[in-house]
Amino acid sequence: MTLHLTNARLIDPEGLTVTLGSLLVDRGLIAGIGEVTAPKDATVIDCGGKCLAPGIVDLGVKIGEPGERHKESFRSAGLAAAAGGVTTIIARPDTNPAIDTPETLEFVTRRAAEAPVRVRHMAALTKGRDGQEMTEIGFLMDIGAIAFTDAMRVSTNIKALSRAMSYARSLGALIVGHPQEPGLSAGAAATSGKFASLYGLPAVSPMAERIGLERDLALVEMTGVRYHADQITTAMALPPLLRAKAAGVDVTAGTSIHHLTLNELDVGDYRTFFKLSPPLRSETDRLAMVEAVASGAIDVISSFHTPADEESKRLPFEEAASGAVALETFLPAAMRLYHSGAMTLPQLFRAMARNPADRLGLPQGRLAVGAPADLVLFDPDAPFVMDRFTLRSKSKNTPFDGARMEGKVLATYVAGTRVFAAEG
Amino acid sequence: MSFRARHLLGIDHLAPQDITSVLDLADRYVDLNRRTVKQSDALAGMTQINMFFENSTRTQASFELAGKRLGADVMNMSVAHSSVKKGETLIDTALTLNAMHPDLLVIRHPSSGAVNLLASKVNCAVINAGDGRHEHPTQALLDALTIRRAKGRIQRLTIAICGDIAHSRVARSNLILLGKMENRLRLIAPPTLMPAGVQDFGCELFDDMRQGLEGADVVMMLRLQSERMDGGFIPSSREYYHRYGLDAEKLAHARPDAIVMHPGPMNRGVEIDGELADDIRRSVIQEQVEMGVAVRMACMDLLARNLRAERGRQAVGVMV
Repeated sequence: MTLHLTNARLIDPEGLTVTLGSLLVDRGLIAGIGEVTAPKDATVIDCGGKCLAPGIVDLGVKIGEPGERHKESFRSAGLAAAAGGVTTIIARPDTNPAIDTPETLEFVTRRAAEAPVRVRHMAALTKGRDGQEMTEIGFLMDIGAIAFTDAMRVSTNIKALSRAMSYARSLGALIVGHPQEPGLSAGAAATSGKFASLYGLPAVSPMAERIGLERDLALVEMTGVRYHADQITTAMALPPLLRAKAAGVDVTAGTSIHHLTLNELDVGDYRTFFKLSPPLRSETDRLAMVEAVASGAIDVISSFHTPADEESKRLPFEEAASGAVALETFLPAAMRLYHSGAMTLPQLFRAMARNPADRLGLPQGRLAVGAPADLVLFDPDAPFVMDRFTLRSKSKNTPFDGARMEGKVLATYVAGTRVFAAEG
Repeated sequence: MSFRARHLLGIDHLAPQDITSVLDLADRYVDLNRRTVKQSDALAGMTQINMFFENSTRTQASFELAGKRLGADVMNMSVAHSSVKKGETLIDTALTLNAMHPDLLVIRHPSSGAVNLLASKVNCAVINAGDGRHEHPTQALLDALTIRRAKGRIQRLTIAICGDIAHSRVARSNLILLGKMENRLRLIAPPTLMPAGVQDFGCELFDDMRQGLEGADVVMMLRLQSERMDGGFIPSSREYYHRYGLDAEKLAHARPDAIVMHPGPMNRGVEIDGELADDIRRSVIQEQVEMGVAVRMACMDLLARNLRAERGRQAVGVMV
């Protein structure tokens, strides 16, 4: 079946251009771009001058299977992703039990078939994510593990970690680290500074992120493993990152959409939907992160979608769960960066689609002939007020509840098949 | 009379005229409390529940006495945090209590913000009797009343707060209140007990106690929790006493008429010299306890008036 998408603003994250044109999809792949002659039997879709971009590749999505299916299933996460323009979910292994054996990986791979978008799985780097013994990295890769991570848990057993990294290097595996010094960050609910002091919250110095990153980078240098830092959120962590990149170390870094669009003051009167890990930072840090993504110092923006049920959020701030759902709000939140003039649409999609796909060795993330036709059609200007109860996720913990946002997904395609269409 | 608030959750929400209203009314309750017959009917017929998720003898007794002198039915619930029935959340506890129609809830909780959370779920007036390291508004108000009575004013004074500021809700509420009333504030603590970013509140910071006390009108000492004494935050209690304990020699750096305050309970020989604490020429620590009852009566009286007015408006169907 052939699809002819006409009259679209094509967002090209490789050439960093926006051009009005059309795009031809044939057998799930992009078959032509720009001035294309479509076969007579092609289905023609007039995009009405709206934006067409490669679908988002979201590195680091938490799904509640196995263990917490009441918070999120592959089905509900997949529907939310489709509605948010996310065409590839890279799932985290911090489930219960963790994805640390070929058997659990096979289970989630089977379950993920219920999602209408693509799902790839990261596996745990160490058994039970305990940071002591490495998992069967070889077997897990054979079954399709795309990267290895202990998610938000940081190993303090550096010997075990360095061995796991060395072993992973021999297989060419990608390690996703969480740069944070756990000795400093344990128990923290906020970033140390005026806000945390005024509200009396246990706080962590932003330096904990830099210490964690410096440690990981030293281990990467020692072992030669491919490394991606999941979330850089403070300006202090940028110099070591840039130094490592300049020295040719095989390292990339990501940040979260929340740390690019919110700051610590948004927590306000102890609003637990704004409790994240790492905690929201100062406005100075937020601005530094926006600039770092625009310049390419930080490669990837992720949603760090983390479902939490009502009970775990209706608690005093210190005791409440961390994390926010974000698959559906990812694109509209990113549009804040576009409308504020901080980044162009191609720059955003470079960080949300092309770079994560490249780093993971996936063919997605580009508008190019031969690439999979994973696409999102959206209107960057359409305004709406976010109502969390309209979210397709089973959990409704979004910090954007009640927020005025701009940017609506009109349609989402995976391998040329429409998996979401906006009503009306 | 200003002070229109529904709850007393913190000093942060109060305007300077609210603070003055509370102190003026508290002055009248001080007089009442010194009589033989100490009864008022300000809270007659009303129910006050004291819920303490953290142990406290002094504050709870002060609130209980304040309520009883105003004629309320007072009930104490000591719910040490660990004994809250497993599985029952804070909000469930609040809803259960709310169904019993209390008029005033006095709450102390070990987590910052927990009292705000509870207040959002109930229909009565809530008083924060201390939440985590966030606020302890009635303590700041009673300190303000003590200062005003001793110094004749609560403006343009140089006030030194000394000790474990990082973990102290008393320090936070006092900082906010005394700042709102336009005093010059100095914080004295070892760097491990000084909260981050606090210089942005408009205070001067000192790690040398003698320098910090220079010319002070008021010296407020804070309690050092015993679990912070050994190695974690300071090397030992004896080194702490040597550098940060208030004695006559260090106090000599303050103004000759400077008063000494402490929210209690005191660690004699850790943060304050025992003899100095008992010296009635310098120490107003006993007055603070007395002012505590009067200030709490004033707060509850004002909140009860607002509650009655609100219910009256609801009864006649007027939009608030």
